[in-house]
Amino acid sequence: MTVKVRIPVPLQRLTKGKEEVDGEPGTIISLVNSLDKKYPGLAERISEGGKLRRFVNVYVNEEDVRFMNNEETEVKDGDEISIVPAIAGGG
Amino acid sequence: MEFTEEQLKRYSRHIILPEVGGKGQKKISEAKVLIIGAGGLGCPVGYYLAAAGVGTIALVDNDNVELSNLQRQIAHSVKTIDVNKAESAKQTFEALNPDVNVIAVNERIGSKNILGLIRDYDIIVDGTDNFPTRYLINDACVMLKKPLVSGAILRFEGQVTTIMPGEGPCYRCLFEEPPPPGLVPSCQEAGVLGVLPGVIGALQATEVLKLIIGKGKPLKGNLLIYDALGVNFRKVRIPKNDNCPVCGKDPKIKDLTDLPEEYCSI
Repeated sequence: MTVKVRIPVPLQRLTKGKEEVDGEPGTIISLVNSLDKKYPGLAERISEGGKLRRFVNVYVNEEDVRFMNNEETEVKDGDEISIVPAIAGGG
Repeated sequence: MEFTEEQLKRYSRHIILPEVGGKGQKKISEAKVLIIGAGGLGCPVGYYLAAAGVGTIALVDNDNVELSNLQRQIAHSVKTIDVNKAESAKQTFEALNPDVNVIAVNERIGSKNILGLIRDYDIIVDGTDNFPTRYLINDACVMLKKPLVSGAILRFEGQVTTIMPGEGPCYRCLFEEPPPPGLVPSCQEAGVLGVLPGVIGALQATEVLKLIIGKGKPLKGNLLIYDALGVNFRKVRIPKNDNCPVCGKDPKIKDLTDLPEEYCSI
């Protein structure tokens, strides 16, 4: 029973270069915290005090969790989660 | 405007497309596009738009060309090192297509000059390298209802979206606020694969041409994410945020302001 979590390039250092990792169903914030046990530092980059950071978006199958139940959005087996930080390079 | 024999030949592969035709090519030749940033993204966007015959292309950049730019900024060359980037790109685009009126604007974009710069253009392209300017461009485009084709790159990843003020979400609907300085590295600090801005810039140029000819579906309300290492293109939905500080129901941002300089260093 897993959900697929897509890791953006800037955070792949924390996942040993993996672009996709497996997580457990539950709420978004419990998923983030459980991933942090395996990939220390990940939760801090995405969230602060149990809330998602405002320049990082999390999507469940293309839908932005801010317009669902935010950190409490439930993810189930087979869902695809994408973590998308704002980037600004144009260089 | 009637096309000359030479122009009919130059644009023949466009004109033969039913979606473009003579009518679409005429629209292209009458379009006015402003590109902010003549760097990694601005070069390919401007290059392809010049090739396509976009009537007026303005480039805004106050930096000069450096050797370390040439790994990806394809409109510049060793001959234009130390030359203003907008001026350098203008020379390249004019050599490719003398039909195009290229305007080089050697200015740093800020809250004081942005509205005057974008006012006369049909479509704005964001190819800048910092968050304060991205938010400023978004806010100005929302205020003047200018379509904005936004692209961003870092390391091996790129993002593209088309913002249609009044019709869809804006950049602030997507990311409510910029990350604090120091949290997201810049390309200078983190690097960027030289071809990546080519991919993202070509997507931006495609969006611009689609908007000009009025065909296809603009990348409105969606963020396209390209991961070069994993060869993934993903699209996520951007809902319009009713509480958006600039395009929401009760906007709090009514004037343009420049964010503190330190944001520029990220």
